[in-house]
Order: sequence, then C-alpha cells, then structure tokens
Amino acid sequence: MKPNDVILHTVTKLASVIIFAFSIHLFMAGHHQPGGGFIGGLTTTAGIILLFLAFDIETIRKNLPIDYKMLAALGVLISVLTGVGGLVLGEAFLEQMFDYIDVPLFGNVELATAVLFDIGVAFAVIGTSVSIILSISEDDL
Amino acid sequence: MSASAEVIAGIFIFVGTIISLISAIGLVRLPDVYTRSHAGSKSSTLGVLSVLVGTLLYFVISEGYFSIRLILGIVFVFLTAPVAAHVICRAAYRSNVPLTETSAEDQLKDYFEQQSKEVNE
Repeated sequence: MKPNDVILHTVTKLASVIIFAFSIHLFMAGHHQPGGGFIGGLTTTAGIILLFLAFDIETIRKNLPIDYKMLAALGVLISVLTGVGGLVLGEAFLEQMFDYIDVPLFGNVELATAVLFDIGVAFAVIGTSVSIILSISEDDL
Repeated sequence: MSASAEVIAGIFIFVGTIISLISAIGLVRLPDVYTRSHAGSKSSTLGVLSVLVGTLLYFVISEGYFSIRLILGIVFVFLTAPVAAHVICRAAYRSNVPLTETSAEDQLKDYFEQQSKEVNE
C-alpha cells in the first residue's frame, strides 16, 4: 500500500521556498545586521535537508543536480581567490575594498569584495554539511 | 505613544503566554499521544502567534519599524506546526500506539483492515 504523503509534500514545497528566501536574506544582511555566509549556508542546508526528508533522495538528486563535494571545493577556491585578489592589486592578503555604485532599480548600493569571500564561505558550508548528511544517510555511496 | 505600544504589546504577549501555559498543562493532563498532540499543536501555535504579533505591534507603534522577519515567522509557524503534529500522530498510529480507553471510535482502523483485506485478495 503506497503511503499518501500529500499534506507533507504540499507544505514542504511552500516551506522550502520560505526557507530559501530567508537564507538569501540572512546572507545579504550579513554586512550590517546579524547574518552572513555561515548562517546563510546553514539555513540553505536546512531547506535542502527538508526536501530530502519529504521526498526521496533520488527525486531531489534528479531535480537539483549539484555535486556537493565539488560545491565545497568551489567555495574554498572562491575564498582563497578573493585573498589573492588583494595581493594582485598590491595590497595585503585578504585586503577588502568597497565602493558606492549607482545600480539601476536599486539606487545607490554599497558593493564590497567581502561579499565574494562570504559567497565562498556559504558554498563551503552548504557543500560540507549536505555531503556529511547524505553520506551518513546512504550506505551504498 | 510609547505607553500605548507597551499596553497593546503587553496584552498580546500576556494572552500568548497564558495560552502556552494551558497547552503545557494539556500535555501533562491528557491521556494518550493523540490528545496530547491536539493540546500541544493548536494552543501552542496560537500562543507563539500571539507573542509574535505583540512583538510586531510593539516595534511598529513605538519605533515605526516593520519587521518582515516577524511576519515571515508568523506565516512559517502557522504553516508548519500543525503539519508537524499531523506527521507525529501519523507515525504514532502506524507504529500501533494505542488510543486511550475512553475513545469511542476508531474509523481509521476499519479503513486499514479493509485495505489489507483487498491486498490479500
């Protein structure tokens, strides 16, 4: 008898959208408010794990084809490259810069290279935590 | 201005804590997992919602700060807490946790028996 999971599936679809939006908000707020790459990556992981719990692992793998070990490696690479970028421009390693730029539709926006470092942190956190949980949930991998 | 904000928020938060207390008393007093889930999900959801609405109103009135995170939290708790109770009750029923003796009717049991009969035939 096939179990009828329609309530769990429907609410998971709605709730995962809210969780992903909130994790992007936490990531973007990290410069001036509580938040940042680490907590943004962890909440994104929570959304992905919720999808894995409500649906089966193969369905999510097919619809979200990400190699999480590669994602973790890519995050560390991005973080190291932002450090090297400071060296290339003749400053110290990991020197950060920022500027105020007029972006259409958003107005005057402060763009900082610290965001690039935070993107690397977020990718590393997502890749590490999801691959830990996937590898302890599956014995055949 | 600030005093009215404190009164309104205080009423909401006090009502929310009272409802949460009633929920906790229900968890202690009720006999089996299904009635306890009934007490734990509905009234504590309402209690948390009331506390969050009080906080939201306090910051809107006293500081003019409209917190979208509190709105998101209200929607999220309202959406997910009943579903968590549903999933827990369903897992309990499928692992054959008995109902309390005072419950009169178990319609789902008849349904499961009919299903298993059809599968056997």
